[in-house]
Amino acid sequence: MISLDHVSVSFGGLKAVNNVSFDIPSGRITGLIGPNGAGKTTLFNAIAGHVPVTSGRVLLEGADITKLKPHERAALGLARTFQIPHEFSRLSVLENFMAAAAAPLGENVLNVVFRRSRFLAEEEAVTRAARQTVRFLELDRVSDEKAGNLSGGQKKLLELGRALMRAPKIVLLDEICAGINRTLLAKIADKIKELNTGRQLTFCLIEHDLDYVSKLCDNVVVMAQGEVLTRGSAAEVRRDERVIEAYFGGGKYEGRA
Amino acid sequence: MEWTGLFFYLVSFLIASGIYAILCLALNIQWGMGGLFNAGIAGFFAVGAYASAIMTTAPSDKHLGGFGMPVPVGLVAAAVLAGLAGWAVAKICVRLKSDYLAMASIGIAEILRLVIVNAERVTNGSLGIAGIPRPFDGWVQGRAADLLFLGFVWVIVAAAYVVSQRLHDSPWGRTLRAIRDNEAAARAAGKDVERFRLQTFVIGCAIMGVAGGLTAHEFKFLSPAATEPLMVTFLVWVMLMAGGSGNNKGAIAGGLGIWAIWSMTEILTNQLLPPEWITRSSYIRILLIGLLLQFVLQKFRSGLIPEASPPIRFKGD
Repeated sequence: MISLDHVSVSFGGLKAVNNVSFDIPSGRITGLIGPNGAGKTTLFNAIAGHVPVTSGRVLLEGADITKLKPHERAALGLARTFQIPHEFSRLSVLENFMAAAAAPLGENVLNVVFRRSRFLAEEEAVTRAARQTVRFLELDRVSDEKAGNLSGGQKKLLELGRALMRAPKIVLLDEICAGINRTLLAKIADKIKELNTGRQLTFCLIEHDLDYVSKLCDNVVVMAQGEVLTRGSAAEVRRDERVIEAYFGGGKYEGRA
Repeated sequence: MEWTGLFFYLVSFLIASGIYAILCLALNIQWGMGGLFNAGIAGFFAVGAYASAIMTTAPSDKHLGGFGMPVPVGLVAAAVLAGLAGWAVAKICVRLKSDYLAMASIGIAEILRLVIVNAERVTNGSLGIAGIPRPFDGWVQGRAADLLFLGFVWVIVAAAYVVSQRLHDSPWGRTLRAIRDNEAAARAAGKDVERFRLQTFVIGCAIMGVAGGLTAHEFKFLSPAATEPLMVTFLVWVMLMAGGSGNNKGAIAGGLGIWAIWSMTEILTNQLLPPEWITRSSYIRILLIGLLLQFVLQKFRSGLIPEASPPIRFKGD
């Protein structure tokens, strides 16, 4: 479980995230929605450690991880994807997945120069997992292509695949579905559900498609202007007047969004 | 007689280009695989050159030591001291983004070189260190010794190539290339970016130090003039870009090819230019190399032998 305890993130004078507190409960799929500029991605960056919080705490299974570096948080089982694809552009698709895996023996510089037999078993397992990920995401045809040459949608799939290669406990998915065809979208939704029920993986996903969010998430948090507006089941928040206002303007939030 | 002259011109050409090939391999680890813009090659090269010279020369009152050690000991000292210098620089600036690292590394390398020039009691300043031995000195004389030294240099080129290749074709190298391509994503994938960069910088600088040591043994005399950034830093960058950044074979090819062009421009400028221009010929050669770099960057941006992903070790599922 991730707990956010009065988290704020400021960039200069701009309060991107303002005093946000909520839990991402274990074994659940939590949706994070809100209009553009609501602070959703910044909040993800703060949870994963890519931007420092100005105040407040981030807790993972009760332990304070606010001061940990991103790679240390990743080692604790936290994985995230990026809204704007961050592919390893000159690596092949297969290599992107392999590079995302944990490979402590093969990443030891003395092993790779002097004791090469030590990491072969690990490397074989990494290769097998990467090939499975390629097949699952239907990237077989571009498996050996440099990731920089992929289409926008394919890069999104690459993001998802790399997160799954981490064998994580908690996955933060930032608009993973934008630009992906409908058949594959349904397949990804099924996979998320399967990982959630089968392996008890915890997900938190930012998505703009409310139908998709309703289908997947048992628990939705709505953000607007850096603050939590409301939370509840998908059906509840869709009926909430304030959510409609925040998305479509009018009333309290007019002119400020 | 003409032919033996040509032959030994070729020998000295291959010695010098072998040393450049080692420098290119080292820069390829740092820039080609790691994306670290080291613009201070000359500084680490100088540390290695002076370390090996001081370790291997006979005792002298003009400079520190010498300690009269065998050449391989000198080269190990060169690698260790240049690697330590690299570690210190990396500790300070490895968090910097590539262009800022370039500026910082130029500055620090120049500081290293100036310290060497001015620390007269250690290095004998601008007068330099004389009487630097070669490996196997006394076994053979004259030009046969050049041949032996050529073999020695290319054994080290081969060793540097094997190390570079193992680094490249490994999970370590893959992670390094991933960090080069996207730092934030590498961090999100649990990679300790600072640790990889530190290792990369130290390994590259240590190999640059060995190249510096070899240069000292090649000329048997070492003065600050041998560590000019133009001939060490700038030319090595041209070589790696032309040969193929990210590819170890490209790095060696770039060292050989650009050194061949550089040597030929010397013949050209000396033969073709009017006598009153000869004194300025070195500047014209630099201009020619600069033009060549422009051409390479415009037309062959990935170099003669472009970067390629290593083969996947395990097939099937």
